[in-house]
Amino acid sequence: MSLFTDARWGEALAHLPDYLGNHVRVSVAALALGLVVSLPLAVAARNAPLFRSVLLGIASVVQTVPGLALLALFYPLLLALASITLSWFGFSFSAFGFLPAVLALALYSMLPVLRNTITGLNGVDAALLEAARGVGMTPRQSLFSVELPLALPIIMAGIRTSAVWVIGTATLSTPIGQTSLGNYIFAGLQTQNWVFVLFGCLAAAVLALAVDQLLALIETGLRQRSRLRTALGILGMAALIAATLVPTMARSSSSYIVGAKTFAEQYVLSALIAERLRAAGLAASSREGLGSSVIYDALAANDVDVYVDYSGTLWLNQFHRTDTPSREQLLGELKGLLAKQNIILFGELGFENAYALVMPKARAEALGIRSIADLAAHSATLSIAGDYEFFSRPEWAALKQAYGLTFRTQRTMQPDFMYAAVASGEVDVIAGYTSDGLIAKYGLAVLDDPKHAIPPYDAIVLLSPKRAGDQALQAALKPLLGRIDIADMREANLRASGNDAASSPEAVARWLWDKVGKQ
Amino acid sequence: MSQPLIAYTDVRKVFAGNVVAVDGVSLAVGKGEFLAIVGGSGSGKTTLLRLANRLIDADGGTIAVEGADVRALDPVALRRRIGYVFQSGALFPHLTVAANIGITPRLLGWTARDIAARVDELLELVRLDPTHRDRLPHELSGGQRQRVGVARALAAKPQIVLMDEPFGALDPLTRDALRDDFRALHEKLALTTVLITHDMTEALLLADRIAVMRAGKLLALGTPSELSKSGETYVAELLRTPRREAERLNALLPRGGTA
Repeated sequence: MSLFTDARWGEALAHLPDYLGNHVRVSVAALALGLVVSLPLAVAARNAPLFRSVLLGIASVVQTVPGLALLALFYPLLLALASITLSWFGFSFSAFGFLPAVLALALYSMLPVLRNTITGLNGVDAALLEAARGVGMTPRQSLFSVELPLALPIIMAGIRTSAVWVIGTATLSTPIGQTSLGNYIFAGLQTQNWVFVLFGCLAAAVLALAVDQLLALIETGLRQRSRLRTALGILGMAALIAATLVPTMARSSSSYIVGAKTFAEQYVLSALIAERLRAAGLAASSREGLGSSVIYDALAANDVDVYVDYSGTLWLNQFHRTDTPSREQLLGELKGLLAKQNIILFGELGFENAYALVMPKARAEALGIRSIADLAAHSATLSIAGDYEFFSRPEWAALKQAYGLTFRTQRTMQPDFMYAAVASGEVDVIAGYTSDGLIAKYGLAVLDDPKHAIPPYDAIVLLSPKRAGDQALQAALKPLLGRIDIADMREANLRASGNDAASSPEAVARWLWDKVGKQ
Repeated sequence: MSQPLIAYTDVRKVFAGNVVAVDGVSLAVGKGEFLAIVGGSGSGKTTLLRLANRLIDADGGTIAVEGADVRALDPVALRRRIGYVFQSGALFPHLTVAANIGITPRLLGWTARDIAARVDELLELVRLDPTHRDRLPHELSGGQRQRVGVARALAAKPQIVLMDEPFGALDPLTRDALRDDFRALHEKLALTTVLITHDMTEALLLADRIAVMRAGKLLALGTPSELSKSGETYVAELLRTPRREAERLNALLPRGGTA
């Protein structure tokens, strides 16, 4: 099958109105907000050297913060703010998705506009400034009829730079719940769907180029005093915005939002849930690629209606418990803890996806390692790799303490590459996931945890507070409970990690349902 | 002289770094007079001009325009009723000839119709082809630009026109034509004109009276013949050049020759 006849292009295209519309909406809002703030600040700062250097200094520092981190920072910030407004003024707002993305991107857009506006205004010939005063202009008239028009080409160049940055960086707003063209990239990366990754990059690049060219058209129109060019540019922008917004507006807002975290299993399960809802005649849409704590807070705030989490993750991360009771005890207690936040623990899917230390079967046998306790004796000469969060998670601290593990080196890796790395011997041990299909594929062994340092990780379906009494939703989801065992999930995950059309989360979800639904 | 239109009394201006630009100057410009202020660079002549329409403010002494102390006047309103011709034009590059000329009337709130009529009138007055109306400044020659500069200064029908070395950057033929045309306008419109120049020949050819400045002080003030009797060596030095040039030209180009 050639790259261009791949069925996933069609699937990617089907998502385009939704992803592109949201991407344009968040980018335009951020750019507009950035301009509204930056332009007056630049005008005020142009003749105040101290204010100017402080302003440009702050904007430069913001620019050095990686885009993803800036976006991630705004989420907890707004969450805190929302709880303050709720307790002080009696209203709250959604700290999920659109708002934090717009604020972070607006902040990100400020530097080029500030710098170019100040440079442009300060570059206006002093003789013309004196002429403006000499013919009787007030400072305000001089600003609007002489300085800004003359600085316009430089200001517009700054706006164009900003626009391209914002459109590029907006792809990173997916993990904080804002649908964007980044959904292709994040989903593609997690499910090894390179067609999606490529499609997302191309779509973002084309959008950035289109906006840049339209702004260039407006700029030359303004500079050459050509009403036609200006009007064409503005018309083009308006058409672009309208075309991308219409499908978004038309979408029903009463549909169920199914959340997914950032790994392949989550994409498959959310596709499965969405499909089950649709089969029951309910409208469903997905919010994928969400950060672990973002998705939980979003559920608590009713921004997401349903998603699959893991009991141990909630136990440790949300409720900061360090004890490890038995499986049933933990589930029971967790149900009570969640109920206090009005979240419904609807039930278990039937498999566990726990962190586990994994190494090649042959290597483990050669070294005589069967459990983590055996591993501890060798760990000083071995290297370990884990995903982005593992080494800062409480499970790692618990493991190290329980078994006295000290590895020679520890590395952080993209989860999909981790299994291949341990299979090829690039690292000796990885912190993998028990439900991962690659464990069987690469002939890896999961090491026992005799001291139960790692809590149980049952996959559980959580419902948002407002869906507590929703019979239709619960009836649609009921057939999934207790049906998916670890072997099925491993195979589903293995299928999802393939690189062809049959490995899309939707296709794998359909396969999974065929397998477990007919029992 | 009747009541002076512009009167400087013991005016002093000090710039940052204790540079005394204008040092105790008293000077009166009469209604309808054409006064040239001559001096080298740094003599304070341009500063003196800029004080009259409050582009800068004096540190000492008083300046009165039409009898009123300028400090008591709104600077913006004052500038709108005094024409100002800048060195090398200083036209707004993004505005057409018509928009440049009509700028002060527009600021004063004239109707579009009145402004358009005034622009036509001024184009004729400064002898510019009406087809230049919608051109941008960069499409004009240096002489045409300075004609627009003069038209812009005259647009709101001021009594007083201040000119800051307006003919300096032009080629000799254009300069000569513009000087004659402006002197004629000065008569025709009964203007009161103060012209800054470093060129004594230009001052002698155009002005009724000449003020000579050096290092912020007023050295001499009078008609050309009064100046020639001045005891100041600097004034005599300034007058020597045009005199010698005239004699040499007379010798080179004898009258009745076929030049």
